[in-house]
Amino acid sequence: MKDHKEIDDISGVETTQHEWDGIKELNNPLPRSWLWGLYGTIIFSIGYTIVYPAWPGITTNTKGLWNWSSRGELATEISKVEESRQVLGNQLVSVELEDVSQNADLLQFAVNGGKSAFKVYCSQCHGSGANGGTIYPSLIDDDWIWGGTLEDIYLTLQHGIRYEQDDDTRLSEMPRYGADELLERNDIVDVAWYVRQISGQEFDAEAATRGQSVYVDNCAACHGDKGEGIRELGAPNLSDAIWFYGNTHEEIVAQISEPKQGVMPGWNGRLSEVTIRQLTHYVHSLGGGE
Amino acid sequence: MNAQQEMPQPEKIELYEARKKIFPKRAEGQFRRLKWIIMAITLSIYYITPWLRWDRGPHAPDQAVLIDIANRRFYAFFIEIWPQEFYFVAGMLVMAGVGLFLVTSVMGRAWCGYTCPQTVWVDLFLVVERFIEGDRNARMKLDKAPYNFDKLRKRIIKHAIWLAIAVGTGGAWIFYFADAPTLLVNFVTLEAPYIAYATVGVLTATTYVFGGHMREQVCNYMCPWPRIQAAMLDESSLVVTYNDWRGEPRTHGSKKAKKADFTGGDCIDCMACVNVCPAGIDIRDGQQMECITCALCIDACDDIMGKLGREKGLISYSTLEDYNSNMALATDPDTLNLDPNRIRNENGFIDQIKHFNPKVFLRPRTVMYFAIWACLGLGLLTALSLRDRLGVNVQHDRNPVFVQLSDGGIRNAYTVKILNMIQEPRTIIFSMDGLDEAVMEINGFDDREARTFLINVDPDKLRELRVFVKQPKENLIPGSTPFKFIAEDRQSNERDIYEANFEAPEAGK
Repeated sequence: MKDHKEIDDISGVETTQHEWDGIKELNNPLPRSWLWGLYGTIIFSIGYTIVYPAWPGITTNTKGLWNWSSRGELATEISKVEESRQVLGNQLVSVELEDVSQNADLLQFAVNGGKSAFKVYCSQCHGSGANGGTIYPSLIDDDWIWGGTLEDIYLTLQHGIRYEQDDDTRLSEMPRYGADELLERNDIVDVAWYVRQISGQEFDAEAATRGQSVYVDNCAACHGDKGEGIRELGAPNLSDAIWFYGNTHEEIVAQISEPKQGVMPGWNGRLSEVTIRQLTHYVHSLGGGE
Repeated sequence: MNAQQEMPQPEKIELYEARKKIFPKRAEGQFRRLKWIIMAITLSIYYITPWLRWDRGPHAPDQAVLIDIANRRFYAFFIEIWPQEFYFVAGMLVMAGVGLFLVTSVMGRAWCGYTCPQTVWVDLFLVVERFIEGDRNARMKLDKAPYNFDKLRKRIIKHAIWLAIAVGTGGAWIFYFADAPTLLVNFVTLEAPYIAYATVGVLTATTYVFGGHMREQVCNYMCPWPRIQAAMLDESSLVVTYNDWRGEPRTHGSKKAKKADFTGGDCIDCMACVNVCPAGIDIRDGQQMECITCALCIDACDDIMGKLGREKGLISYSTLEDYNSNMALATDPDTLNLDPNRIRNENGFIDQIKHFNPKVFLRPRTVMYFAIWACLGLGLLTALSLRDRLGVNVQHDRNPVFVQLSDGGIRNAYTVKILNMIQEPRTIIFSMDGLDEAVMEINGFDDREARTFLINVDPDKLRELRVFVKQPKENLIPGSTPFKFIAEDRQSNERDIYEANFEAPEAGK
């Protein structure tokens, strides 16, 4: 390097005097304040790594002066949200189920909370849209096996259906007419045609006439004289358009011969009172609530 | 003495340099007056706007300009914008962009020189500096002087006022985002939200540092705009130009020159243009990146030319086209030297010399920019006057698409949102058109089945409804059937229609 300034002939600008195969670099000096800015950011970043967790060790890392962590921050925020929910939660538990709809905020709290709880605990069987499946009832139609009022839904949620661990569970056992040989095969075929008749579907008239007496003797006690069902007993309506286990003649015969008996767990003790009530209001709001 | 001793001392090569201090002298003249006016207007707009009131009735804030982020509303006088109408703001930003193209193609960096906040606040800080420390020479002297009581006192007062302005600047900003009088009280009593103090702190720091200390460095090193604007100039744009065709060769005094029988140009090398320049450049070196075209050198030079009894405009707004043409006239074709005699006659300048001509404003490029700008403005105004203040948005349930009912009918569910975008509570008539036998049921409206509902919607609010539509078994049409949801306000004759579909099972299923 030469010991005096060198000026580039063409641009008239001083060079740095570094040379690469005859190419030289012009020296347009940067303002010194920018250099201080660079040093400032370096000092800031060192300070930052001291205040916040940063430097890795062998098993763990430095925790920083403020002991901050993203998990800790999340936990704080979650507890804040839970605290704010507690007020409405207490309110929800203390108010009668029917009276919740008079308080728009409370109803919204219940329905929205129920919506998210439903996704976690209920959607596996009833579907994320609550429209049920082959052996799981739809919760959005207007047909209820055990009743669709808030009280009914609340009770079902608490104790479940045919849920052995709960003494107050809703229990109904349709006899296995075929499997236990309570009825002759012919009678079962005939009464299935009769059931199709009372629900307004195509039927074999001759067989249905025979089936009527079988129905009156064996079925009417639970399903009602006209097949309208009796909710207290959990006996579904046989005269409407909604068929839990299918409405073809074969499906009806199969259900009479060896009935499917679905089970729903009771949620008492497993979900909080608030959550059960939220689910009650959510299910009630889906379109079928009575 | 031998030759070696006379060699200059080796100088160390510096890759960084300290900021060269600039002490702009106060200029007087038409452009300085224009700049004072623009400064007063822009600063007034900035500081006063949040304090203007605008009566919107009992259901809305009465602040004329308010960006209400918490409630997601933007108010500007008679206009209220909901988030989904943000395209108005986007449109205005596009207009501002095209407007800048227009101004730049006409006047070069006029934005930088007159209205840029950096320029305006530096100007304001310079006013303070001049008031405390005096004009250019006094300030240079003070800067060189050792620290004594007087210098310390002046410096402290200056920085205190600068900081006060900076706090005021940062402070004014937050009032655009909340009710100004309330926020001011809360701010002073330390009850304002943390973000308000943080914002004021950051803006105070940037205003003080940028306006007081960094000044032209912000333009030269931080701002991309000078580079972008330079690319938008063309040879017909007006830029601040030193007219060397009449200025060169420079003389250092006309009497001396006359005595020596030397015909000089008009520039007497008095450095007035350099002394007033806030960017610290010499305009006589030609167009340069650092020039913000504030035109103060024009004022300074015109002042000198006036005193000398010469024609003003040695430094002037001129186009590159005119400048080149005039330069060609003034250049001696043989020696390639500038000869002022070639462009002068007994009446002043020869006729071929080109002077400012307003025709430069009207060119295809500027007309086109203006047309685009005006079309955008008209489009936005039209959209503003035609926009809906009542809306209905519908989302059809998809899981499941339809529900089988026990009586054989089919039900579809919809989430309906009714938007009341005015400041009055309204009763909206919500009805359906088509699907003649179908009925609606709405959650929260008892168990009433009807085809028309009266929905009360709070002022400036959206109401969400869960709507069930039932079609009886006898009237079912397999597949998808279109129908309409209608929301209307009979008093104002407003109406919004949503084309919805009713889904039923396909035939045979």
